[in-house]
Amino acid sequence: MSNAITLPLVASSNVTERENKRSAHEMFVETAKLTSEETSESRATREAELANKMRRRRERVSSLVHATVPALVGFALFVLAWQFLAQINNQIPSPAKVWAAAVKLFSDPFYSKGPNDQGIGWNILSSLKRVGMGFGLAALIGIPLGFMIGRFTFLNRMTAPIIAILRPVSPLAWLPIGLLVFKAANPAAIWVIFICSIWPMIINTSVGVQRIPQDYLNVARVLNLSEWKIFTKILFPAVLPYMLTGVKLSIGVAWLVIVAAEMLTGGVGIGFWLWDEWNNLVVEHIIVAIFVIGIVGLLLEQLLTRIAARFEFNEKS
Amino acid sequence: MNHSFHLVVDNVEKRFDTKQGDFLAIRDINLRVNRGEFVALIGHSGCGKSTLLNLLAGLSLPSNGVLVCAGREVKGPGPDRGVVFQNHSLLPWLTCFDNVYLAVERVFGGKEPKAKLKERTEDALKLVGLSHAIHKHPNEISGGMKQRVGIARALAIEPAVLLLDEPFGALDALTRAHLQDELLRIVAQTKSTVVMVTHDVDEAVLLSDRIVMMTNGPAATIGEILDVKLARPRDRLALAEDANYHHYRKAVVEFLYAKHKKAA
Ligand SMILES: Nc1ncnc2c1ncn2[C@@H]1O[C@H](COP(=O)(O)OP(=O)(O)OP(=O)(O)O)[C@@H](O)[C@H]1O
Ligand SMILES: [Mg+2]
Repeated sequence: MSNAITLPLVASSNVTERENKRSAHEMFVETAKLTSEETSESRATREAELANKMRRRRERVSSLVHATVPALVGFALFVLAWQFLAQINNQIPSPAKVWAAAVKLFSDPFYSKGPNDQGIGWNILSSLKRVGMGFGLAALIGIPLGFMIGRFTFLNRMTAPIIAILRPVSPLAWLPIGLLVFKAANPAAIWVIFICSIWPMIINTSVGVQRIPQDYLNVARVLNLSEWKIFTKILFPAVLPYMLTGVKLSIGVAWLVIVAAEMLTGGVGIGFWLWDEWNNLVVEHIIVAIFVIGIVGLLLEQLLTRIAARFEFNEKS
Repeated sequence: MNHSFHLVVDNVEKRFDTKQGDFLAIRDINLRVNRGEFVALIGHSGCGKSTLLNLLAGLSLPSNGVLVCAGREVKGPGPDRGVVFQNHSLLPWLTCFDNVYLAVERVFGGKEPKAKLKERTEDALKLVGLSHAIHKHPNEISGGMKQRVGIARALAIEPAVLLLDEPFGALDALTRAHLQDELLRIVAQTKSTVVMVTHDVDEAVLLSDRIVMMTNGPAATIGEILDVKLARPRDRLALAEDANYHHYRKAVVEFLYAKHKKAA
């Protein structure tokens, strides 16, 4: 029997179609013999199972195809357009050249030759560190502030005009103040991240507090719950989804701004590195930096989306 | 306890500030409820039953008049008055157990050990037939089950006054009958004073000592109050044959559908 199964494999690989058909026929006879020993019932269930499995696999493959094929086509077109641009303007490096540069950069991401010449890995990490610090401080202050603004109308009316004026200010406008106060580039960059990522957290948290359904607060009132219980059992869980939306927006803004801030302040960091490569006129490195910034930003957002999804409760009643 | 009423509603009026201006929902409400009495509030949709119940709960304050509970003016809500909300109002991030436990802990915490609080919570959920769903979240259970958790939450704190806003509205007939019987049994045991909003004439007659019938809004008020003098304990099967029961039933139906027919 093992012969009969291996035969078609061998046959299909090298011999003629006729032979191929014959061996398939042989196999069919062989399996028919085998299955006739089973009860028709178990065969039916087995066949149904097999069909099911096949169908599921087909569905999975087709949904994967549906998801990835358009993305691949889009990417291919993008690369093609880029190739075309590189052809007509020889200052723009071709995709292949950039790819080669990227491979070289990422083969040794953590070298360090003095403060102004460090591997791309170090640059990314120091940018992330700055974002983490500025953003962390903003969360530490912005989230509790948002809760208080949402809970106390007086505080809300007090802060609303200030927030309305300061929020639309371009983040980089804050840089001179930071440099003035801290007298150093690094804390000034962190300050810029802090000031621009605090607004979405304050606003979303306070809106979340204000939007808590009256029903939930009535429960608290009827039971006469303590402020602490109200906070832990009602306020916090109800506001969490809003808060995480604010956090997500903030981290997006922070990453957007860090590059610009670093260009102005210098030091180590992906934004600084990009500017440095511009001064050195290594255009392929600039393009690598653009992709790195985009991918890191995407990963940050994905990470927060994952975290937020864990805390989503179903509000549908 | 002398001879005072448990609940007193004195010349109460409630206005709402709406976008279309001042809206008079209920007016001239006068009601006295004895300790241990079961009162049903019945009336067409939108007449102001929930409004009156919320005033008794202390969730909103009257525009005019006073409400008194156990000799003290109602100035806000408190755990002496258990409320079952019309829309169940469960916290979606807590399990059924935790929703009830939150109330139990507030009222009995500090006085009783944790194990006893847990037991109270479980007993309350068992009473409404939800022992099997104890660790589910509200979004994982049916509408009727949610309403039952809301009832368990109110019962678990053994309030002196039980305020129920259409507690059985979302339930199927069988579950509803079962919970009505349970409610009668519990109330007979705890001697709670009960005010219950309902749409259901049979439910009102079966459960209550008095039926407060409200006229249609706006500016609704109490139209008639019907004394239901049926002996307790009441048995729904025996009552089905009872001439008095049908007499009371007819009186309510007449009020609702002849005298105060809802303008469609
Ligand atoms: N917060 C509010 N603001 C404005 N109007 C209100 C408010 N609450 C209730 N009303 C109005 O008061 C009237 C009575 O409302 P209420 O909810 O008490 O009715 P109900 O008798 O409980 O009706 P249902 O049986 O449908 O629950 C309605 O006309 C309603 O529109
Ligand atoms: Mg109502």
